[in-house]
Amino acid sequence: VFGAGGGTSSYRDAEEADLVVLWGSNAREAHPIFFHHVLKGVRRGARLWCVDPRRTPSAEFADGWLGLDVGSDIALANAIGREIIHAGLVHTSFVERATEGFDAYAACVEPYTLERAATTTGVPAVAIRELAHAYANAPTAQLCWTLGITEHHNAVDNVLALINLALLTGHVGRPGSGLAPLRGQNNVQGGGDMGAIPDRFPGFQRVVDDDVRERFETAWGVPLPAVPGLHLSRMFEAMEHGDLHALYVIGENPADSEADGIRARRLLEGLDMLVVQDMFLTRTAELADVVLPAAAAWAESDGTVTNSERRVQRVRRAVPPPGEARPDIEVIVSLARRLGAHWGDVTPEAAWDEMRALSPMHGGMSWARLEASGGLQWPCPTDDHPGSTLLHERLWADPLVGPRAPFSAVEWVPPVDVLDDEFPLRLTTGRTLDSFNTGVQSGDYEPPIRRGRALDLSPGDAAALAVREGERVLVASRRGSIEMTVAVRAELPRGLAFTTFHFADEADVNVLTIDAWDPKSGTSEFKATAIRVEKLAGAR
Amino acid sequence: MELRLGADRATDAERAAVDAIVAPAGPVVAATGERFTRGGPHRAHERRHLLLPALQALQQEAGWISPGAINHVAEVLGVPPAEAYGVATFYDLFATEPQPETVVRVCDDIACRLRGTTAIDGALAAEGLGAAARHHSPCLGLCDHGGAALVQRAGAQVRSIAAPAATPPVVEAGAAGPRLLARVGRVDPASLDEYRAQGGYRALARAIEMGPDAVIEAVFASGLRGRGGAAFPTGAKWRAVADEHGRPRHVVANADESEPGTFKDRVLMEGDPFALVESLTIAGLAVGARQGWIYIRGEYPVARSRLEAAIASAREAGLLGADVAGSGAAFDIELRIGAGAYICGEETALFNSMEGFRGEPRSKPPFPTTHGLFGEPTVVNNVETLLNVPAIVLDGADAYRAAGTVESPGTRLFCLSGHVARPGLYEHALGVTVRAVIERAGGVADGRALQAVLLGGAAGTFVGPDDLDVELSFEGTRAAGVALGSGVVMLFDDRVDLHDTLTRLARFFRDESCGQCVPCRVGTQRVVEWLASPGAEHAVLDDLMAVMTDASICGLGQTATSALRSARTAGLALPRRRP
Repeated sequence: VFGAGGGTSSYRDAEEADLVVLWGSNAREAHPIFFHHVLKGVRRGARLWCVDPRRTPSAEFADGWLGLDVGSDIALANAIGREIIHAGLVHTSFVERATEGFDAYAACVEPYTLERAATTTGVPAVAIRELAHAYANAPTAQLCWTLGITEHHNAVDNVLALINLALLTGHVGRPGSGLAPLRGQNNVQGGGDMGAIPDRFPGFQRVVDDDVRERFETAWGVPLPAVPGLHLSRMFEAMEHGDLHALYVIGENPADSEADGIRARRLLEGLDMLVVQDMFLTRTAELADVVLPAAAAWAESDGTVTNSERRVQRVRRAVPPPGEARPDIEVIVSLARRLGAHWGDVTPEAAWDEMRALSPMHGGMSWARLEASGGLQWPCPTDDHPGSTLLHERLWADPLVGPRAPFSAVEWVPPVDVLDDEFPLRLTTGRTLDSFNTGVQSGDYEPPIRRGRALDLSPGDAAALAVREGERVLVASRRGSIEMTVAVRAELPRGLAFTTFHFADEADVNVLTIDAWDPKSGTSEFKATAIRVEKLAGAR
Repeated sequence: MELRLGADRATDAERAAVDAIVAPAGPVVAATGERFTRGGPHRAHERRHLLLPALQALQQEAGWISPGAINHVAEVLGVPPAEAYGVATFYDLFATEPQPETVVRVCDDIACRLRGTTAIDGALAAEGLGAAARHHSPCLGLCDHGGAALVQRAGAQVRSIAAPAATPPVVEAGAAGPRLLARVGRVDPASLDEYRAQGGYRALARAIEMGPDAVIEAVFASGLRGRGGAAFPTGAKWRAVADEHGRPRHVVANADESEPGTFKDRVLMEGDPFALVESLTIAGLAVGARQGWIYIRGEYPVARSRLEAAIASAREAGLLGADVAGSGAAFDIELRIGAGAYICGEETALFNSMEGFRGEPRSKPPFPTTHGLFGEPTVVNNVETLLNVPAIVLDGADAYRAAGTVESPGTRLFCLSGHVARPGLYEHALGVTVRAVIERAGGVADGRALQAVLLGGAAGTFVGPDDLDVELSFEGTRAAGVALGSGVVMLFDDRVDLHDTLTRLARFFRDESCGQCVPCRVGTQRVVEWLASPGAEHAVLDDLMAVMTDASICGLGQTATSALRSARTAGLALPRRRP
């Protein structure tokens, strides 16, 4: 909607906002640093609302928690939008001056009455109304989301539905008000910024844009393809169709992390050539023809990372990498040399300077400035630019600078993996505080607070299934089945099951998940799987 | 909020005691169906003020506050158990270890220790409490009697016992005639009708006629100043709070009378409870508060029950509630009971105590007029101060000023105790001399020679027999460098070992320091040690006193050495320090 893919606010805005909405985000466990900023705000008096199928540990701190059905986000957001419109709480002057498409949006959300949304989402109408009024009436508000929004087959529509709410209320581009997609690692934002997106060059510049491409071709002295590359989901499709034969995997563990894991591993095994560059011998690396041991980015390499508030920060090498491990840049440069491209001795700083010569939003971020300032937030186009704590402030300029921000009329569609009599329970997956993704980096430790190896069931479902805490059960989806141990958790409403994917060796959860993915983002619908839980034969 | 509770569980009786307090406010996490909850730290914070009453209920129910009970309180209020424990251990009247069935707290403070324990021993024996477990207690506000004790028994309300004295306590007005004491001893404190028959609630009716601005103007014009010790102009305080338009406002009666030697507010509340209810109502309507609070010390069970009854009667008669006396304005009063902590008489410590936190004073500014109870604009007045208001409203500022001096209009209550012939409560026009006050009370008991007089309480000053012409007004005491304080006039005859009195005072401040700031926490202990070490240098005491006075957060530490300093200056005690 706005162009560049980054949160519009800074962490400080979460501390200073009057209202924070965590939507599809268990930030307390999954983004604990960001959550500290939220807690500062709460301590100052900010109201916190959580929208999440589970009453997560984050929701423990919330003034209000809305336990919507998995995948009903658009229905909820549209109902909130409708309520804001009908209650006369639209920020009219902002909408008129800085946005477009309001009428179509209003028409689109009109059928989403509170009553209809209550039926679709499972959340009482009174709660939807209360959140709508709280968000619209707050002087400043942060709307934050994570994978609960994006790990769906309609991820982009989900995001658009939330952005609509910010446009309706003017909660974007102002101090304290903004949209904050939280990044799950220290450098997820940086990876996207640097062009690790199939259709973008560094700085979110489009591959299909001839002028952009020409600049990169001139700088690099090679012709560049004018068609976007493949994202992960498409790569697996291409493997399936026999169009993709060789894969170079850097710091990713798709053998464990991909939805429908049985299929993913079958496809990886079927490749002609699999190269894995990683700090650890992951399950994917175990399948590889060549494994390139990589240094850790943290403490073993020099470079930068970019966090969720678009702040580019230096990371420094403190210890030499163990054994034959080498920093990623060195590995890539050496590989290029073997392939015939002689780039010379590329230092991390030289690579950075080349990038910022080509990416205008990074233009003013020399290493010297990054070190002196403790980090700068993009866009920072020139050496004298202070960096940007906010994005889209232009929307508040009068007259408006640049294009209007468009409303997007989006309709709710249910998750692909439907519930029926055979698979009556909704399984959703997530993270716990003590573990990191597929467990490659965290599985070797045994923290005292660890939980998440189990299949969490609501007390009501556990009783109906006659299963007890600690009992082993068979969990089946339309794609596969695994054995898991039951944990009965009061924070789950009836009909919802939850587990993590941190312990693939013990419970290969992605055997169950569906690989339906969003054509706009390429993200799989990890969050919505239909399952059945069966008592094991012999269990009493 | 996610709480980590220990394994201890509350008994059914403990649960019931807590739930009776908390239930009316609803659960800390309120669910609407399975998919919507309201909760979080803000909601928990709104319930936090129920912590003190809940702990009180537990103490009364079980005689102590058990770990399981703490867990239950923490859970239902969403308070971390460590914080609940921190509050429970702040107060003397709360026990966090199992206690004997009955615990007797015998006052051994400066006034009572002058008389020995014979009378109170006899009184306790007569109650069958001769063998009960005993603790010493700081002043119980019964200094006009022959001795005092507080009885705590599991399953029963706290009870106070006053031993008979040689002379029954006197309640007497001076030359200016009775104002504050007009009804004390002359009305049935349980009867609203009698109160009304003797002029009660005429002032509220008049105040409603006048309207808030005129009431505040009258109080301002009367020159009324606070009787709690700080002598701040009451009208200015009210005006500041009334001007906080658009914010919820509060009026609080500070009935946490704990200054050793002080019992005036107790006598007023026991003898004329409706007067406080009416006065606080006038204050509330004047400043636009919907809620009034009376914070009364836990050691005053009689005053407490009379106030409870008075509030209930007033509510029933429509003098409190949604439409106060037909004024169209809503106002109600809630009673909060302290649990044994001198520091909670400090206004910001009182707020913290009421809000369910440890009773530690806050840094000022901001002042209560903008950031008081629950962070909202608050008038907090001493009981005696408030009871001046009805006369001001009824008779006008000029009539009020007929008594007292220009700078200190009105009358003042003086608590006569110690070696005085007729101990009790005396009302005098401000400006009266110490000598006249003593003479009115019959002079020194048993015809002995006077060694010293303590003015203003533990945080006050000693004067010698040659300094009795000090004028008891705000300006007079300021000029003489002595304290008017809470109206304490405590006599010590020539047999008294004043070093023992000073040591008891030093122990009092050490015990009552909240511990929040170092100058006070450490300083009060060092003073005790200094007094106990023969040959300790005066320069050390000078340094100690300077640091405590200059650097303590609140008045407790700032004035903890006031009496000691004055005794030394007057050459009363220290030259005769024991070897």
